[in-house]
Amino acid sequence: MRRLVFTSIGALAALALARPAAAQDTTRVEGGVRVGISYNLGERPGLIVVPGSGIDSVRAIVRRDLDYSDRFSMIAVGDPGHGTGSAAPAGPLNYGLYKALGAEFALELIDDGGKVTARLHDVGRSVMANQQSVTLPPATDANFRLAVHVLSDEVARWATGMPGIAATRLLFVQNGRIWMVDSDGMTPRALTPDGLTSLSPAWSPDGRRMAFTKLVQGKGGVFLYTLGSGEVTQLAGTETGLNITPMFAPDGAHLAYARSDEKGTDIFVASLGERGSQRLTAGRFADNLSPTYSPDGRRIAFVSTRAGPPQLYVMAADGTDQELFAPFDFGVTGPSYAPEWSPDGTSVVFHREVSGTPQIFVLTVAGQKLRQITSQGRNEDATWAPDGRHLCFVSDRTGARQLWIIDAETGRNRQLVSPGWARLPAWSRRLAGAAVVAPKP
Amino acid sequence: MRASSILSVLAAAALLAACGKKPAPEQPAPEPTPARQEAPPPPPPPANDDAERRARDAAEKAKALRDELADLIHFDFDKADIRTSDQGILDRKAAILAANSAVRLRVAGHCDERGSDEYNLALGNRRGAAAKRYLTGKGVDDGRIEVVSYGKERPLDPGHSEDAWAKNRRDEFEVTAGADKLAAPK
Repeated sequence: MRRLVFTSIGALAALALARPAAAQDTTRVEGGVRVGISYNLGERPGLIVVPGSGIDSVRAIVRRDLDYSDRFSMIAVGDPGHGTGSAAPAGPLNYGLYKALGAEFALELIDDGGKVTARLHDVGRSVMANQQSVTLPPATDANFRLAVHVLSDEVARWATGMPGIAATRLLFVQNGRIWMVDSDGMTPRALTPDGLTSLSPAWSPDGRRMAFTKLVQGKGGVFLYTLGSGEVTQLAGTETGLNITPMFAPDGAHLAYARSDEKGTDIFVASLGERGSQRLTAGRFADNLSPTYSPDGRRIAFVSTRAGPPQLYVMAADGTDQELFAPFDFGVTGPSYAPEWSPDGTSVVFHREVSGTPQIFVLTVAGQKLRQITSQGRNEDATWAPDGRHLCFVSDRTGARQLWIIDAETGRNRQLVSPGWARLPAWSRRLAGAAVVAPKP
Repeated sequence: MRASSILSVLAAAALLAACGKKPAPEQPAPEPTPARQEAPPPPPPPANDDAERRARDAAEKAKALRDELADLIHFDFDKADIRTSDQGILDRKAAILAANSAVRLRVAGHCDERGSDEYNLALGNRRGAAAKRYLTGKGVDDGRIEVVSYGKERPLDPGHSEDAWAKNRRDEFEVTAGADKLAAPK
């Protein structure tokens, strides 16, 4: 099904030699393993998707995926969506032409009789760097787009050492329903029924389930939704009262959430499949909510009103060692909400009010430095892409509250297509080729 | 005024109110009225006028009590402390609850649009709980008051002004049982 014609190690090594080393190698893959290539942050090599014949839809999806990865300067040649006739180059690639256009990479997508072959060329060295042939499901198949996104992410990995973020999906809330949409804004579909208030969707680490809160008459249970089957079960222990802000632990077997009672709101952790949950905070008329795990599962950042206004705190996953996380000046700094730990563990995104207007901030875990990411309009409830540089958040910069995506490295942003008013986005990890499909609404 | 007579009038009023949704074709006391046999007043208008007046009067009093139970209280920004100026409203509810042991209340905390969606659910819960604590502190049984929170999901005023925010930071009180018979506190 999937074969690498050239070993990627060799090709990556060649690329590494061809490119100057960055001052600091921040290239990582999931699991904390460093790979032997450096990618220059902020530098975006030119990339051309070579026009060809057939598979226009694949070419268009890949081209947009690579553009949305914000790691390439996309160079347009002809009409990439119209690949018939003379546009397809006969014979070997004209490296000179692409070099003259400023490309460092040229990507061929070739219709290979039921398969699609992707060939990435290193234009500067006039060689093919990588090649892969994949069998795609038919374009009418629900898994087609995701399969193309997986190919896009692989191309991004060939060129930069890090896979892209195309093969991901986002959950969000609109009109009380939880929706799921592809990372490129396509194929939005509602998961939860109309007429209810469903809130706070959270992905399981394997992308096969989500947790959410269902509000009914001012009370709320935490529910687990299995993508694909659409099966919904209630988390044991959340049948009564108000239970909000569920978040999976990285092991996928535990779920932290906040439970409100007459003494305030506290964070609990439940072991899935077992009754009973462990209380991690002791509110005493304060609120503790919005837990988010560090990727190693050892710590939990959360929001607490223990000192007055809501601010960011952190504790060990067993509830010990609770301390302030994001520094603030009492009576000066605005309240802070909605933390989410980054996939690489180095930072935590959250929003904080600046002169009464919420803005997205990133807190560096080591050294607790703060960086403000947004400034235009009201910006809230950010969630990390698996590459740890893109963030999706809610912004009213164009009027309605919509979902936007920003590349924290370049500052480039785009609106994630969604009709109407949207909130509380949650970005999945990379979804496997064995696609996760939701039933038609 | 004797409480018992008030009660019966109130009960009649409640019955009238119960069928008062649609203009139910003015059911004038049905023919089989075994209670008053010796005085058969064929012209119902005068007697009915009197009964209606009393019933209306009673209905108004019952409604006034229900309205008092439903009176909103309001909160300062990001606070769940009962305002001194709202204590009278809660004291009055506590008195009505004391006089009507069948009445149960649901307190729903609400917030303005500032702060995150999720935080406001917790804040609304604290606001509801604050009212409950105040009422139980006045002797109302714990089990008669339920606390819920809508956060900022149900604003009364959809505006974005200080005025709208002030209206939206509130507790709502809903009678969930015992609303049919309400006695005024002594």
